[in-house]
Amino acid sequence: MSRLIEIQNLKKYFKTGRGMVHAVDDVTFHIEQGRTMGIVGESGCGKSTLGRMLVHLEESTGGQIIFNDEDVTQLGKNDMKKFREHAQMIFQDPYSSLDPRYTVEDSIKESLMISGKYNRTQALAKTQELMDLVGIAPRLRLSYPHELDGGRRQRVGIARALALDPEFIVCDEPVSALDVSIQAQILNLLKKLQQEHNLTYMFITHDLSVVKHISDDICVMYLGQLVETCSSHELFEKQYHPYTKALLSAIPSVDIRRKMNRIVLKGEITSPIDPKPGCRFAARCGYACEKCHEPQKLEEISPNHFVSCCRAKEINI
Amino acid sequence: MSEKKVFLQVKDLNVEYVTKQETVSAVNGVSFQLEKGKVLGLVGETGAGKTTIARSILGVLQEPPAVLKKGEILLDGRNLLKLTEEEMCSVRGEKITMIFQDPMTSLNPVMSVGKQIAEVIALHDKISKSDIRKKAEDMLETVGIPAERYDEFPHQFSGGMKQRVVIAIALACNPQLLLADEPTTALDVTIQAQVLELMQKLNQENNTTTILITHDLGVVAQMCDEVAIVYAGEIVESGTLEDIFENPVHPYTIGLFGALPKLNEDVEWLSPIDGMPPDPTNLPEGCKFSPRCPYAKEQCICSRIELKVITPGHKCRCLLEQGGN
Repeated sequence: MSRLIEIQNLKKYFKTGRGMVHAVDDVTFHIEQGRTMGIVGESGCGKSTLGRMLVHLEESTGGQIIFNDEDVTQLGKNDMKKFREHAQMIFQDPYSSLDPRYTVEDSIKESLMISGKYNRTQALAKTQELMDLVGIAPRLRLSYPHELDGGRRQRVGIARALALDPEFIVCDEPVSALDVSIQAQILNLLKKLQQEHNLTYMFITHDLSVVKHISDDICVMYLGQLVETCSSHELFEKQYHPYTKALLSAIPSVDIRRKMNRIVLKGEITSPIDPKPGCRFAARCGYACEKCHEPQKLEEISPNHFVSCCRAKEINI
Repeated sequence: MSEKKVFLQVKDLNVEYVTKQETVSAVNGVSFQLEKGKVLGLVGETGAGKTTIARSILGVLQEPPAVLKKGEILLDGRNLLKLTEEEMCSVRGEKITMIFQDPMTSLNPVMSVGKQIAEVIALHDKISKSDIRKKAEDMLETVGIPAERYDEFPHQFSGGMKQRVVIAIALACNPQLLLADEPTTALDVTIQAQVLELMQKLNQENNTTTILITHDLGVVAQMCDEVAIVYAGEIVESGTLEDIFENPVHPYTIGLFGALPKLNEDVEWLSPIDGMPPDPTNLPEGCKFSPRCPYAKEQCICSRIELKVITPGHKCRCLLEQGGN
């Protein structure tokens, strides 16, 4: 399989009155064509910033994003427009990501018209096709977002992302605003579209059961850093990083016979403003030692399973 | 159920929201009962009427537009709906309290967190000012916040800590009944784990009867003794945790479990429930779930279906089960 997107040492710092917020710090991974990379982490860990950088809604502070052998961070204006046809985004909140004064048809048609590839009639025909694809009834063509429920609005968001036949879609918490029964409809739709159009997804979520269901590979992030990455199967079988262990143990299981054995973390996420070098989880970690205050490297602990923890080997024997 | 004393009993509760244009039937004939010290999980989707049920029990429905059409709410045999507002004020806070969903908006931003806890204690306990402060500080410690932070304001706290302050306020007067409305929905999983552990500990120590409102079946599995599934303002199935999780019978309950991605099994496709929840201004005549139900028959659509006992303690509102199909 070929690598569709590869990011190297990607960084994003935000300047604030109190110092630099290290939102994404030195993240490296790649996504293969046709696969889904899940990004999990708690609020404020930089997963959305990472997603926005990959579709270039956010300028990176350092590092490279290689998409189809081209460095996206160096693209000029015209090339960037082309890149955007290949990489699209589905946003978290279908209530605020649609223009309230645009009808369903206008919203979907907009990017088709901007691309310059379609004339008016072609664009309308394509809009109809997209609405069929994501399951919006033709009668809703002229409805406004406020007339639709959350599930249908998210379908409009998906249709809009698919309009220009992209290869790569960043899905930023696309189901977290939806009820369980509707969530399943949208997850199935995303999976079906992936199979039919050979799409590559980056799926950002804080819901671990959703990420397990949809992803092939998973990256776990903590305070802007990548702490562990491997295939979805393996991550739920065997975790090496203490944070990943705590995170997975905290999910309330629906299995009532298995009483939970949660690792309850003490304290809260530490501040991402001008953090000290070293492992950012160390302050909450039960295994923290001297070495943890030195910068950590992502190491391959078993084939294709990378962990950023100096004690990963000894604590997992 | 016969030997143990029923602590809370809700009988045939009906609540509507009436505006000039339309009438929303939010709660339609909800009845349930709960023994002392038990934890009941109210599960349902957005708009199912879970929060309205809790607000009715606490007597804080916004009237108008809400109208409590009929029903009885008995706490220790006393009908709360017959009490005067003054009597109800002494019940609230002392006997019944509520943890609201969103800790970000349920705290007063211009009052220190300590004062917000002390306020409740001052209202209900006749003790000196210094004792009130002492008690409020103890409450902060109980929920895992150092007492030195008494004079700090909500914006200086993180989401998880704010929710713990809300819990401290709710538990300050040792209530007998705690209504927790999605207490962890706005929180991250590791913080959720802290809050759930705290609630479990307090429940065991004080024997507080709890109604936990949530849409997260995982939280229910870990916290509750009994479960009631709410759909379009009706309880469609209720029973013990084992009844609901191991032997669900209502098609909606079964659908909910099928739609949930699970950690312990791999499926290629989820089985979503088709369609959308019904419009509460225009509910179907018979079974409210019938338009989405794969097994719906004609008699499901025509007549109102009652909640029937399947096995002792396990009730279901479905003709299929009752007809022996």
